[in-house]
Amino acid sequence: MTDASPGNTSTKPEASPAARSPVARLAGVTINYGKTCALASIDLDIPSGIVVGLIGPDGVGKSTLLSLVAGARHIQQGRVEVLGGDMADSVHRDRTCPRIAYMPQGLGKNLYPTLSVEENLQFFARLFGQGADERRQRIDHLTRSTGLHPFLDRPAGKLSGGMKQKLGLCCALIHDPDFLILDEPTTGVDPLARAQFWDLVDQIRAGRPGMSVIVATAYMDEAQRFDWLVAMDDGHVLATGTPQELLERTGSTNLEDAFIRLLPEDKTQGYASVEIPPLDGDENDIAIEAQNLTMRFGDFTAVDNVSFRIRRGEIFGFLGSNGCGKSTTMKMLTGLLPATEGQAWLFGKEVDPKDIDTRRRVGYMSQAFSLYSELTVHQNLVLHAQLFHVPADEVDARVNEMVERFGLGDVLESLPDSIPLGMRQRLSLAVAMVHKPDLLILDEPTSGVDPVARDGFWRLLVELSRRDRVTIFISTHFMNEAARCDRMSMMHAGKVLDSDAPARLVEKRGAASLEEAFIGYLVEAGGDTAASDGETAAALPDTQPHSAAAHRWFSPQRLLSYSWREALELQRDPVRATLALAGSLILMFVMGFGITLDVEDLRFAVLDRDQSSLSRNYALDLAGSHYFIEQPPISDYDDLDRRMRSGELALAVEIPAGFGRDLMRGRTVEIGAWIDGSMPTRAETVRGYVEGIHQHWLNQQASRQADAPAVAYATIQSRYRYNPDIESIKAMVPAVIPMLLLMLPAMLTALSVVREKELGSIINLYVTPVTRAEFLLGKQLPYVGLAMVNFLCMSLLAVTVFGVPVTGSFPTLLLATALFCIISTGMGLLASTVTSSQTAAMFFAMVGTLLPAGQFAGLTNPVSSLEGAGRMIGEIYPATYMFSISRGVFSKALTMSDLHGAIWPLVIAIPVILGAAILFLKKQES
Amino acid sequence: MRSLMNILRLGRKELWSLARDPMLLLLIVYVFTASVYTAATAMPETLHNAPIGIVDEDQSPLSARIVSAFYPPYFTRPKIITRSEMDSGMDNGEFTFALNIPPDFQSDVLAGRQPEIQLNIDATRMSQAFTGNGYIQQIVMDEINEFMNRNRAATDLPAKLSLRSRFNPTLEQSWFGSVAEIINSVAMLAIILTGAALIREREHGTIEHLLVMPVTPAEIMISKILSMGLVVLLASALSLFFVVRGLLQVPTQGSIVLFMAGAALCIFAMTSFGIYMATLARSMPQFGLLLMLTLMPLQMLSGGMTPRESMPEFVQDVMLLAPTTHFVTIGQAILFRGAGLDVVWTSFLALLIIGCVLFALSLSRFRKTISQMA
Repeated sequence: MTDASPGNTSTKPEASPAARSPVARLAGVTINYGKTCALASIDLDIPSGIVVGLIGPDGVGKSTLLSLVAGARHIQQGRVEVLGGDMADSVHRDRTCPRIAYMPQGLGKNLYPTLSVEENLQFFARLFGQGADERRQRIDHLTRSTGLHPFLDRPAGKLSGGMKQKLGLCCALIHDPDFLILDEPTTGVDPLARAQFWDLVDQIRAGRPGMSVIVATAYMDEAQRFDWLVAMDDGHVLATGTPQELLERTGSTNLEDAFIRLLPEDKTQGYASVEIPPLDGDENDIAIEAQNLTMRFGDFTAVDNVSFRIRRGEIFGFLGSNGCGKSTTMKMLTGLLPATEGQAWLFGKEVDPKDIDTRRRVGYMSQAFSLYSELTVHQNLVLHAQLFHVPADEVDARVNEMVERFGLGDVLESLPDSIPLGMRQRLSLAVAMVHKPDLLILDEPTSGVDPVARDGFWRLLVELSRRDRVTIFISTHFMNEAARCDRMSMMHAGKVLDSDAPARLVEKRGAASLEEAFIGYLVEAGGDTAASDGETAAALPDTQPHSAAAHRWFSPQRLLSYSWREALELQRDPVRATLALAGSLILMFVMGFGITLDVEDLRFAVLDRDQSSLSRNYALDLAGSHYFIEQPPISDYDDLDRRMRSGELALAVEIPAGFGRDLMRGRTVEIGAWIDGSMPTRAETVRGYVEGIHQHWLNQQASRQADAPAVAYATIQSRYRYNPDIESIKAMVPAVIPMLLLMLPAMLTALSVVREKELGSIINLYVTPVTRAEFLLGKQLPYVGLAMVNFLCMSLLAVTVFGVPVTGSFPTLLLATALFCIISTGMGLLASTVTSSQTAAMFFAMVGTLLPAGQFAGLTNPVSSLEGAGRMIGEIYPATYMFSISRGVFSKALTMSDLHGAIWPLVIAIPVILGAAILFLKKQES
Repeated sequence: MRSLMNILRLGRKELWSLARDPMLLLLIVYVFTASVYTAATAMPETLHNAPIGIVDEDQSPLSARIVSAFYPPYFTRPKIITRSEMDSGMDNGEFTFALNIPPDFQSDVLAGRQPEIQLNIDATRMSQAFTGNGYIQQIVMDEINEFMNRNRAATDLPAKLSLRSRFNPTLEQSWFGSVAEIINSVAMLAIILTGAALIREREHGTIEHLLVMPVTPAEIMISKILSMGLVVLLASALSLFFVVRGLLQVPTQGSIVLFMAGAALCIFAMTSFGIYMATLARSMPQFGLLLMLTLMPLQMLSGGMTPRESMPEFVQDVMLLAPTTHFVTIGQAILFRGAGLDVVWTSFLALLIIGCVLFALSLSRFRKTISQMA
């Protein structure tokens, strides 16, 4: 099962592979991303029924080519034929996509990390329209033969890299494809898992001999086992042929050399293979020592009892798969992470995260090439020199030295993102070296870089180590890099399996190569998870080929499988779920109290220069109303001025001397009142109150003096309808509910589609039979449900906490709300189909809901009071109608017969918005 | 000394990062120009085109006179309706106001029988309902008085009320709107810019890089607070001078320097808060969601939109913990009412204390979580 020797393919082609009828044919295919050319006029026939390998470093166009063949990408120029039809033709694409399986690049890129293994498989199986029994049978079969069966309940995100890739393969194979497309399926996976992966592919092919497979890989040694190879560089095909043919043609012994020789001359100029002079110096001059380092995150042990000693000037390597604990160990050494247990020393001093001085002796280059992408190359270097306290007068000289040594002269003023990967990597090294550290810690510095640049990088490392006696601690998952180290440790699942010189390790295991030695150690350590129980893929149950549902235009099953998955994901994302459930209640509270137009408890004070019983009576009248609260009297104008400036008084009243006397004599007197005008709306209201109270007081006085003239010829009886106590909250709450039902569901739904775009799982829309409508409506459904739950919670809150009763027909409101929730989530979908980042989608959803609903839909001022564009937006915006329905049912005691006029616009809006969303969504990557 | 140099260098780096982020630059410019301008001018006058319907059961010269007294811009041209149309019109929101002039109104007035006009108000439209009621009462009464007094001398009321509004004599909305928007924007941008600065480092993986350098978490955090705070302070000052005082011609009152000092304290508190939120969020979108849940309460309940007095007691008390509440107090006191430090020193003190507490909390959380960010 674990035989990994190259060339072990189970089905050997009888005839020359190129002579077979092609499964895919590319003619004159060109793809440009902006200014960069990903594929330059490719002509290629991919033979069927065998394993075809696509080799070349990252960024040469392998992934682009595969996504074209899979039908996931829009063809810009040229012709792509797959399984006997044109992939530009959407009818052919729909018909063939159930026969193709595509596994995109990146560990578990098309998987859903919060879903369990079982749930992932169930989801894919449902997309292909399989019934419950068939699904069970297939999932059990596939997981048994891949050794995933014991892990069915584990979330995909918590699987090791190798297991993720196996799960990816299972998902791809769930529908018995005729053509399997694998994009770098084994990058970053340990060699044992890699070997097991290929065994699995071989088994499956043994069961389905007719299946064609195309694989992209950056590991040249792996390519040895494929039937036929396509070597690519810079968007061009360098050569095609069987591995043997390529080796013969270039006169090389291994494919890595063969590839370098196939490269055009200008690329290989100055290329020399890496020579490593022997290490000399004091054996006891120790740079790094670690004893029993252990790191636990919760109950997960990332690094388990690791010990090693590294001599000064040594190149020490850590070899292992993604997630085996290499990076964590390095972070502990730099002091980034405090070790749970154990100790480490740098230059004889114990590692202490607070020890600033030791940091200056260490240079660190992390996996992600962490450079400031907003600073130029030169600024990056200067900043790092300064932060490492290179003396100010030496900074320039030091930066120049680095620029020269690492060959960065041409790109000094460029931004890091705009320079080639190899150059960026040299810049990272320059940045890590700018303060001349004694120790360099490099975390997978060469991933994604082509072999020529990689060797150039290694020559720099060798020079640093041997000439400058810099100790280098490097991690890698490339065997040939590990072999170059003076000594190395093999790591797996947080444990160091063994440490020694690479040659000695090979010797110890009696293996032919380092890879074989590593696999030997892995098997010994129990890393053999394959534990295949003897079943082979050949026994796969043969079902009706490609169930009819796959071809149907609309399948409720596919739609529901998206709903089911979306609901599961939402449930497992704490931030989104909180916002979805608690957000509306919190915001309802805030808005209910915040958007209030009530003005009460206003502080006022009186400057009473009269001090008569009549003046006191006037002040008492003001204080007696519940709008005003009296403050200590004002002593003089200065006091009045100060207290109004501080905002203490909203109203100051001055009663002139002789007020009572003059009034009794029938002389006209004038009372002065100052209103704080800093808040105009409040001031208006205060003005109204004061005038009213003044009038009331006059009437009172008049009625006491019977001889005074009647004040009014008629009276106006104001009836505040629907809200007799004119409480703001009763007016606002029925409007706040639709407002929140618009904003939050729109935002959450907007994130849901763009998240898939950002994380990569949108690829499942491109390559599975699911249609755009099924995809969007399926995703929408759980959010509509959630919004309805929110609505019920908010209504309950309105009735209980806010005391706003429902006076009209609740079923009518429920119906309208259901329609409205479809609209609001539809708007979110629309926002997400036209944007490509989550931040942009959020922004769009916010602007598209908050602004029109808050300003133009009649939240505070009725639409009929608006003019111009605002009026037009208000007339067509669905929230306008929902506001009237909600207010109608809550406050105005209305029923269906009164409100049907407002419901129809909602009904009409649904197909318009959803139609636009579906129209803008692309079924292919452009 | 070395710490200070580190902070300055890191701060300069933050400024460069911001300078090369067009989206954020655009946001800053928009928030302090267009947004302030629209907030000032678009804020509707309290009564504008208020829809009114009139049931005229009298059909007399007086009632005709009343009907013709309503016209734009305060009211729409009144729609003459029947009693039954009145109820349905109010129900479906066609009118905010419906005036019902009873039969024989004019003759009753002339006979001194003090007839009653009914005014129906849709109280679900709070903004129009309240002010509109006052206006309508006044308009109708004026018309009746004028009708009756054509041949009589106007009688003086025994006591006159002379109402003046201080600080904004004509009660122009734009004065309030523009300054309120600046106050809101200061708080919002202070959170967004610092939060984004930290999350950007986290997303790009550069935070890990900083941590292996001889700089301390405190230096990293202070550099962000300092640089982003400076940007917000500068932008708000420019906006105050050029947009509010220049373009909108709002005569602000007190000392701008004192206001800016208050803004600086508020920014200190809000940037610290921004860092805190950024340690909670894992990505920009999560930060955005958190922002919605925190920024809206801060803005709506701090007294910048509606007066604090009208909120429930406990909301008022809780909001005393929010820096924005004190900043709104400071801003309104200084800019509108020309108050000096002798008047607003309590708010300054409160802001300083809140700022220090938030800073300490954020720093301790930042230290704790920073290693997990890498």
